[in-house]
Amino acid sequence: MAEPPSGTLEPMNEFEQMYREVILDHYRNPRGHGAMDDPDAEAEGMNPLCGDEVTIFVSLAEDGETIDDVKFSGRGCAISQAATSMLTEMVKGRSATEVATLPKEELLEEIGIPLTPIRLKCALLGLGVLKVALHRAKGTPLPEEWAGLDDEFQVR
Amino acid sequence: MAVHAQAKLDAPKLRADFPILEQEIHGKPLAYLDSAVSAQKPRQVLDAIRTFYETSYGNVHRGVYTLSERATEGYEGARQKVATFVNAPQSREIVFTRNATESINLVAYAWGLSTLGPGDLVVVTELEHHSNFVPWQYVAKRTGAGFRAIRLTDAGELDLDCLDEISADGEVKVVAANYVSNALGTVNQVERLATWAHEQGAVMVVDAAQAAPHRRVDVQALGCDFLAFSAHKMCGPTSVGALWGRHELLAKMEPFNLGGHMIRAVNLDETTWGDVPAKFEAGTQPIAEAVGFGAAVDYLEEVGLEAIEQHEHELVAYALERMADVPGITMYGPAPERRAGIVSFNLDGIHPHDVSQVLDYDGVAIRAGHHCCQPLMQRLGVAATNRASFYLYTIPEEIDRLVEGLHKARKVFG
Repeated sequence: MAEPPSGTLEPMNEFEQMYREVILDHYRNPRGHGAMDDPDAEAEGMNPLCGDEVTIFVSLAEDGETIDDVKFSGRGCAISQAATSMLTEMVKGRSATEVATLPKEELLEEIGIPLTPIRLKCALLGLGVLKVALHRAKGTPLPEEWAGLDDEFQVR
Repeated sequence: MAVHAQAKLDAPKLRADFPILEQEIHGKPLAYLDSAVSAQKPRQVLDAIRTFYETSYGNVHRGVYTLSERATEGYEGARQKVATFVNAPQSREIVFTRNATESINLVAYAWGLSTLGPGDLVVVTELEHHSNFVPWQYVAKRTGAGFRAIRLTDAGELDLDCLDEISADGEVKVVAANYVSNALGTVNQVERLATWAHEQGAVMVVDAAQAAPHRRVDVQALGCDFLAFSAHKMCGPTSVGALWGRHELLAKMEPFNLGGHMIRAVNLDETTWGDVPAKFEAGTQPIAEAVGFGAAVDYLEEVGLEAIEQHEHELVAYALERMADVPGITMYGPAPERRAGIVSFNLDGIHPHDVSQVLDYDGVAIRAGHHCCQPLMQRLGVAATNRASFYLYTIPEEIDRLVEGLHKARKVFG
């Protein structure tokens, strides 16, 4: 077993690592939470393990390529809600093509907590749905692991 | 079944039989409150499997050598134990399967596909596990039969007032219901449903996966036609389960899996089937697992099914009382008198994943999810619930730790 981090009086335990303040902050005050009236791209998806659902809306800038705004709605656990909230901040201002190939590691690094395989699915639900939305609207490629999911997205 | 006074169950003492419970999770003693998904295994069962492999293992019904005979004796001895356990009139009415799911699929395919047709009705309940829902929905679609679900009351019990409404829609051919709900713990009135099914000329299929480990199950008293259960939920190994069926029905049914052992004679132009239960046991069976299944039956009989039921009743009453004090909690399911040792709940505004993650860090294992009961979740209007479930090794202190964990979850996410 790994040594707990030293240098503080009370080292963070695994629990505090997982639900660190930034996660709880995004969970309690999700950025980009809500719906969009006339989105340029939209998709919904679910996690069949727990029945969680998320819908993502994207509006593009006038160039039809730059992501102007992202919103999401649905229900989910703290990890999936916080991860999707962080995602909306990460991708704003980037090009659709760039986001379509955004490595999931980049999001996981931002989340910055150890995730078990099951919780990994929670964390990646929003990213998958966003990529499907862009794929539908712009024809950007879907990552291999999510191939064929453009009609009914599920994390797997 | 002889009625005799049974000693109260001594859970702290029984815990010593379960090596897995000796460990710590995240530095806390393991409180395993997920026995509804699968039960832990006592040394007696683990030893029986190991001893069988070390002294008596061979394939069954094959060789004339001593080891094969010994293995056959172990396997068929287990069948006899399982038959006695559910009070089956004959041990050949027990078919070994992989689990309760396979038992139900066996009936759905081998009985349903060749019996059902347009105008017929397949009746399930809104409370079913997917294992007793999806196979029936599928064979109904395949055969053109109608598919109806007995609805639930708000208290989480089957609404038997809707039965007449259902039978007016067609000819009811099969009624499939669980004895105890895995999601809510509801103890269903399967005797009443069996009577109704027979009045309609239908067969009654009981999913007893969640009942057989926790209370006395008597197929003759229930009056059902088929009954399915799994070893792994009753302290036995995974990969073995049982189907009990009335012999006259099993004898008339088509086979399910085809291959070795299930045949009478194989010719180039035709094959004839073996007798029940061989007809349904193609290929090498889970032999050692069946022996372990028998050992699990012995273990439960030694502890006493009535004592287990009573112990879990006390635990569930205690849990419902303690949990009612947690602010923002919603409890699902009926009063303790009509439920088994299962408590399903949600904390207002906190996702079940997060609740169970908080509890896991305190060594408390509960289930979070839809419990393979999506129609029920839709009926309750939720995506998922938390579920704590108890067994013969559960102690009240573990429920106290569950309640402490719920307060902690509220503090973190509130």
